[in-house]
Amino acid sequence: MAILSKEEAKKIIDKVLAFSKADEISVGLEGNRTGNIRYARNSVSTSGETTDLSLSVTSIFGKKSGTSTINEFDDASLEKTVRRAEEIAKLAPDNPEYVPMLGPQQYSETHSYAEATAAINPDFRAKAAFDSIDPCAKKNLTAAGYMEDTAGFSAMGNNKGLFGYNKATSVDFSITVRTADGKGSGYAARDYNDASRLSTASATEVAMQKALASASAKALEPGKYTVILEPTAGVDLLQNMMRSMDARNADEGRSFLGKKGGGTRLGEKLFDERVNIYSDPQNSEIPGSPFSGDGRPQEKVMWVENGVVKNMSYSRFWAQKQGVKAIPAPSGFIFQGGTESLADLIRGTEKGILVTRLWYIRAVDPQTLLYTGLTRDGTFYIENGQIKYPVKNFRFNESPVIMLNNLEAIGKPVRAGGNLVPPLKIRDFTFTSLSDAV
Amino acid sequence: MKRRDFMQMAGLGTGALMLASVPVTGNPVSAAHLLEPWIDVAAKKKFSEIALNAARSKGATYTDVRIGRYLQQYLFTREKQVQNIVNTESYGVGIRVIANGTWGFAATSDVTAEGIAKCAATAVEIAKANSKFQKEPVVLAEQKGVGDKTWKTPVKKNAFEIPIQEKIDLLMHVNGEAMKNGAGFVTSNLFFVNEQKYFASSDGSFIDQDVHRIWPTFTVTVTDKAAGKFKTRDAISSPMGMGYEYLDGLASEKIAGPNGLVGYRNSYDMVEDAIMAAKQAKEKMTAKSVLAGKYDLVLDPNHLGLTIHESVGHPTELDRVLGYEANYAGTSFATLDKWESKNFAYGSKLVNIVADKTQANTLGAVGYDDEGVPCKEWDIIKDGVLVNYQAIRDQAKIIGEKESHGCCYADNWNSVQFQRMPNISLKPGTEKRSVLDMIKGVEKGIYIIGRGSYSIDQQRYNFQFGGQVFYEIKNGEIAGMLDDVAYQSNTQEFWNSCSQLCDKDDYRTFGSFFDGKGQPAQVSAVSHGSATSRFDGVNVINTGRKI
Repeated sequence: MAILSKEEAKKIIDKVLAFSKADEISVGLEGNRTGNIRYARNSVSTSGETTDLSLSVTSIFGKKSGTSTINEFDDASLEKTVRRAEEIAKLAPDNPEYVPMLGPQQYSETHSYAEATAAINPDFRAKAAFDSIDPCAKKNLTAAGYMEDTAGFSAMGNNKGLFGYNKATSVDFSITVRTADGKGSGYAARDYNDASRLSTASATEVAMQKALASASAKALEPGKYTVILEPTAGVDLLQNMMRSMDARNADEGRSFLGKKGGGTRLGEKLFDERVNIYSDPQNSEIPGSPFSGDGRPQEKVMWVENGVVKNMSYSRFWAQKQGVKAIPAPSGFIFQGGTESLADLIRGTEKGILVTRLWYIRAVDPQTLLYTGLTRDGTFYIENGQIKYPVKNFRFNESPVIMLNNLEAIGKPVRAGGNLVPPLKIRDFTFTSLSDAV
Repeated sequence: MKRRDFMQMAGLGTGALMLASVPVTGNPVSAAHLLEPWIDVAAKKKFSEIALNAARSKGATYTDVRIGRYLQQYLFTREKQVQNIVNTESYGVGIRVIANGTWGFAATSDVTAEGIAKCAATAVEIAKANSKFQKEPVVLAEQKGVGDKTWKTPVKKNAFEIPIQEKIDLLMHVNGEAMKNGAGFVTSNLFFVNEQKYFASSDGSFIDQDVHRIWPTFTVTVTDKAAGKFKTRDAISSPMGMGYEYLDGLASEKIAGPNGLVGYRNSYDMVEDAIMAAKQAKEKMTAKSVLAGKYDLVLDPNHLGLTIHESVGHPTELDRVLGYEANYAGTSFATLDKWESKNFAYGSKLVNIVADKTQANTLGAVGYDDEGVPCKEWDIIKDGVLVNYQAIRDQAKIIGEKESHGCCYADNWNSVQFQRMPNISLKPGTEKRSVLDMIKGVEKGIYIIGRGSYSIDQQRYNFQFGGQVFYEIKNGEIAGMLDDVAYQSNTQEFWNSCSQLCDKDDYRTFGSFFDGKGQPAQVSAVSHGSATSRFDGVNVINTGRKI
């Protein structure tokens, strides 16, 4: 059984801790069952399931650290793993950025585990694929999709009294539907902790609509346009920005958060005042782990408030050096929004472009967080509050920092890629060339 | 909680443009353990026969077995300190079968007779279950069994035998020299991979291969806190299918370029490049911001390799052309009708692009692919015309080929093999021409070196590439460094604008060590050779912004 209970996990971890002869020892125990099904050309191409249960031991002597892992759980194997980690540690160079392990921590319960996801079996996956392929095949459309589900637990403990345990599940589904003549393409993606919320049929319906509606797109001149970014389109750019909020890089003067003259832009208003971004593992839509990989509790953190940078993430070493609280990077973020739906945003737009997905996003300049990429799988021209016609895909060059200063409207957030992201209406979004890709 | 761990590189301070994360597979072991032998060839053959028999008895009409041990050693440093040393080992057996005309795959780390027989039975069960959805039965191109064979990357120095301390000393020397020459920060890494893989099939092949790969790289950062500015320059090394001898820095393998630039062929001088990188990153700080417009581009092999990879390598993968990657990487503009026409001008007449898995020192070089097919070279674009794709055994018939091209690969024993890009290389020109000769003929141009930002659409029409170092060319001469450069083009337009090639003396390979494809994602390593090449009238944009 790959998913151990809290008590079972603690028993194994305590046993391993007792074998230690090192100054410090931490033990991580993780188990999961993960399965997937992939299809293309309206036919299943691959499907599989794996289970894994593994234990990792990190031993410390002075400032030297060694790690060893194993997936056998008899006493002799456990002790052997501890000895091996200790041997590796003794041979390792001193780590000048060593920080002593954490003591006991208080973790709040999060609701990241759902039985419905843990119960997924090959029949569930086959039906999920069938529900997506069948409606496409009936309308002479071509489906290519992928679903991956995971149920697992993660536990950690050390000889300073820290112990943490969390169970989590996730299901990720994505579907691309193309018209038979290759002139239209639509996409939809869904991710949940609880698989009972997933309907591959309804997600596929959205992708089918977009495929049919995007066929025979017209070319518009590249340039600056008012755009509405659907959450699936906006999430990657925002996520890239959130992952660039490391304090050390900013302190070292090599981040968009580095300040002219030295120091960081913490406390500066960098964005439109309607921008509020926070993380909260307790959020019921995107419940996360109560602890970070190194055992720090994940708490509610305000990253951007009323357009002002409120917090940056720290490694424990850098926080100690700077004398500040060591806030870990979040696993998912929440971009606070309003009440307007995507349809409302479209209705309120005189002229603009609806972008449903962005693709192949790559950093161009880390100084300004300039990214390039392309629109994909459905881009539409809006006039007088209505979608008029599909347009050919564009390449963009844009920075999320600039984009969040050119904010026109924020809609109601929905879950996208483990985050809560609203549809965003942005003016002067920079498209630099056209693409013939469908 | 995904199947494979990805080491986030942001925390390790590696260049943001090059690597967002590094896949780490397997269990941590000691460096010494990496040199310990695993089960011998006789035992592997015995295990493979158990799998072949078990699968046949359950109803498989074809079976292949991969018994693999995959080793990695990765070193990460910054400035004066070692950040991490990762030694990992992963071993097990992957069994792929055809039953009821359908593929089935299962894998196990239980390398025992019982474990393997059970795994073979599971693979057949999965094939039978999936056959419910199958529309057409799988048909494999014929491949006669090759019997017992061995192949080994011809390494001169096994990187795993070099003491860790020697590697740390090298990286500390690299970092120290970069700092001495003006770098504010430097991260440096060494990646070593060894695949010990045994392949057996019901066709009668029993192939033992020992594959080695190496990638030394770094990122140098220069900061100006007063101005609130920073610039980086990544290494212009290439990952190679070589041993530690790649780091010998042999003078005979250096190619002198303009402005003191050095190109590295099959031997890399990491310290020399780090010194150059620090100086160039400093120069970038005050370099002129490019004026957007049309320029003739002179592209160094260490840059052009990525453009070849994205705009020729991926679009000519037959599975993409057919739609199997539609939900992830996308499809391809290089559709079957274009190939069937026999006159689709992919590029100018100068453009000859070959695929191969045989070129010495490259990442693609092996004796046999992961379907047991002997490796070879074949044309993809001949005199500018699209003439072929990359196809494996179950695809060959679609393009009328009698045999597979031998470009099937799985990144681990527990991953199912599928079509992966072989080396895809641009043949050098036949007329004698150096880089300086080429630059002399350019009135208004930009000379680009190194791998930078890259992005291309899902059918591989529209792309944008940056680089590491850019020089303005004015009236046949280099007129100084430029900044904020990226070029945008359309694949067919770009390759048709190819107007000149340097000759074989300038030919070098570029490589991608962690090329991603598929769902669940698998990595593979691939090289791209070329000589410096010229492309006329390409659209250059200015990427400078203020925030």
